[in-house]
Amino acid sequence: MSLVITKLNVQTENKDILKDLSLIVKPNEVHALMGPNGAGKTTLSYAIFGHPNYKITQGSIYFLDQNILDLETHERARLGLFLAFQNPSTIAGLDIVSFLRASYKAYHGIDITPLAFRRLLNSKLDLLEMDHSFLDRSVNENLSGGEKKRLEILQLAVLEPKFAILDECDSGLDIDALKIVASGIKKLMQAKLGILIITHYIKLLQFIEPDVVHVMLNGTIVKTGGKDLISELELNGYKNFKNPEL
Amino acid sequence: MAQTAVQNNIFIPQQERWVYRSPQGLSKSVVEEISYQKNEPTWMRKKRLKSLEIFNSKPMPTWGPDLSQLNLDNITFYIKPQNDQYNNWSEVPTDIKNVYETLGIPQAEQKFLAGVIGQYESESFYNKLQEKWEKDGVIFCDTDTALQKYPDLVKEYFMTRCVPIYDHKFAALHGAVWSGGTFLYIPKNVKIDLPLQTYFRMNAKNSGQFEHTIIIAEPGSSVHYIEACTAPQYSTASLHSAVVEIFVKENAYVHYTSIQNWSTNVYNLNTKRSIVETNGTMEWTGGSLGSHTTMLYPASWLVGKGSRAKHMNIAIATTNQHKDTGAKVIHGAPYTNSQVISKSIGLNNGRTTYRGLIKMTPQSYGSKNHVQCDALMLSDQARSDTIPYMEIYNDKTSICHEARVSKISDEQLFYLQSRGLNHQEALGLIVNGFIEPIVNELPLEYAVELNRLINMEMSGCIG
Repeated sequence: MSLVITKLNVQTENKDILKDLSLIVKPNEVHALMGPNGAGKTTLSYAIFGHPNYKITQGSIYFLDQNILDLETHERARLGLFLAFQNPSTIAGLDIVSFLRASYKAYHGIDITPLAFRRLLNSKLDLLEMDHSFLDRSVNENLSGGEKKRLEILQLAVLEPKFAILDECDSGLDIDALKIVASGIKKLMQAKLGILIITHYIKLLQFIEPDVVHVMLNGTIVKTGGKDLISELELNGYKNFKNPEL
Repeated sequence: MAQTAVQNNIFIPQQERWVYRSPQGLSKSVVEEISYQKNEPTWMRKKRLKSLEIFNSKPMPTWGPDLSQLNLDNITFYIKPQNDQYNNWSEVPTDIKNVYETLGIPQAEQKFLAGVIGQYESESFYNKLQEKWEKDGVIFCDTDTALQKYPDLVKEYFMTRCVPIYDHKFAALHGAVWSGGTFLYIPKNVKIDLPLQTYFRMNAKNSGQFEHTIIIAEPGSSVHYIEACTAPQYSTASLHSAVVEIFVKENAYVHYTSIQNWSTNVYNLNTKRSIVETNGTMEWTGGSLGSHTTMLYPASWLVGKGSRAKHMNIAIATTNQHKDTGAKVIHGAPYTNSQVISKSIGLNNGRTTYRGLIKMTPQSYGSKNHVQCDALMLSDQARSDTIPYMEIYNDKTSICHEARVSKISDEQLFYLQSRGLNHQEALGLIVNGFIEPIVNELPLEYAVELNRLINMEMSGCIG
């Protein structure tokens, strides 16, 4: 049930971004991947999902003991992977309910009547303390930064994946919005869910305590440890990691 | 896939059933024979012959899509399928019934229509208007029947001040060989709250369909009229050249919706026009699918103060298709208002053109117009052109034209695919979002149907 990444090398636009990155996240574990801008954090999440612009030159990614590198993006998702996007795309005119229902059907390979789905949605909105009128909007069209993040978390709640990557789901949020998003994630963690939180802030990790913390610099993980790494980062930033002792 | 089965089914030609069919090509005797077969009054026969003269005197239009492959000598201009009309669905012959049942017509009639007409080949065969509206004096029948039963009304409105026979070459052709179509008359202050629908089906090979539709909305009345069209798949060209004339009188409201899904060999060359009087409202909603070449520019003549027009169209062009569509609005009175929303989708080497004319006449003081053209290109070979004409003779008016061409980005696809949707499903959702502002104007059943047709058009087209 684990996500196992071994010696992953990834290029985009002919530039090497990830270099020999290895990472294992077990089910029910919460990992935090921290690093400054440009460290390659988003590249890692895109590579896991098979974005066409990211080329894997070496290494492997296994999920549920299956090599997922040969699978298309939607097939990887259907295994139970979920990515909360840092900058989710706008799909103009597409209403959120149609989008979520189509996703739900595709993700789980089952049909669900509009009425039953609406009930499911309402229960998730209530769980996340979201206003039901949110569903009248289009997918990320004219949504504020905070609303976009909440839509990502709503999708997480509706699709109920086995493993979720949350890419900078705290960026651009004020402290109140951050608390709401964090409490939503915490509620969803009660289900069996492995999580990789990608962030370069400390704040979110004060609400959701990770089991394991990784520090990423220049395309690879330079340090793995426990929660105490967070306070070290809080005090000294990333400068102490510039020359990895590995 | 069940949806493909339905599509295949409606595009398979059924047995040709006719009692009279004119010889191929166009001649004086063909025109006279049509009039004779229909037992028409002399004035109509004369009008047909005059139209033929005008048709012969005008050159083929060359300003738009290529029409050089359209050979009128091969076209059968009139096919009379049978002698009978039915008011009861159970009496309709099985093979015709099957086509319409596949398309969901009788079910639709029961559920949400105030009335329905079915037209097969050149003639209508089924006609039903709810009693309630009949009592109010609403007339809803095919135009041939109207000519027999209400000759004065037809004479007043048929190709006179709205679309005259000398308007252009295909209007003249239509005047010569027209058959069938819908005649809808709504008396003063009658508001019909359910849509009325006509379903046109062109089944025989190399045939032409030239239905003539007239809608007269007397002052204070309102109606939503829906037309849907299909034809089966043949390898040689067929011609559809309809004329629609709509009269929106003072404070009246007409919403005209047309979903055309012709097979890919049809030349679809139509003239649709409305005259809108004081405070009247005209709304056009159109979906152009299928066909080989479509030329369609619904026109609103805003002749009354404060009259309004809204034009909404979706055109989809796939392999070897050219959709040349648009809108024409003449602001002929003060404080008139018009809005045009045109959405086009290009697949494979399909070509779409928006061609529009907005005219502010000297009388158009205080009038406003807004045009929005959005093109979505799903392939590198697709082509989209926007050709807006504006003629402004009054500077106290406002005109706005927005045009946007977009492609689906890798990021949008990746986002949707990361939610478990495959490439095709992801494209479908993006396209559905793109056309949503127009689909939103349709009754739910039609909205679902249009989305389904569009997704069918896309399936297998994109690799």
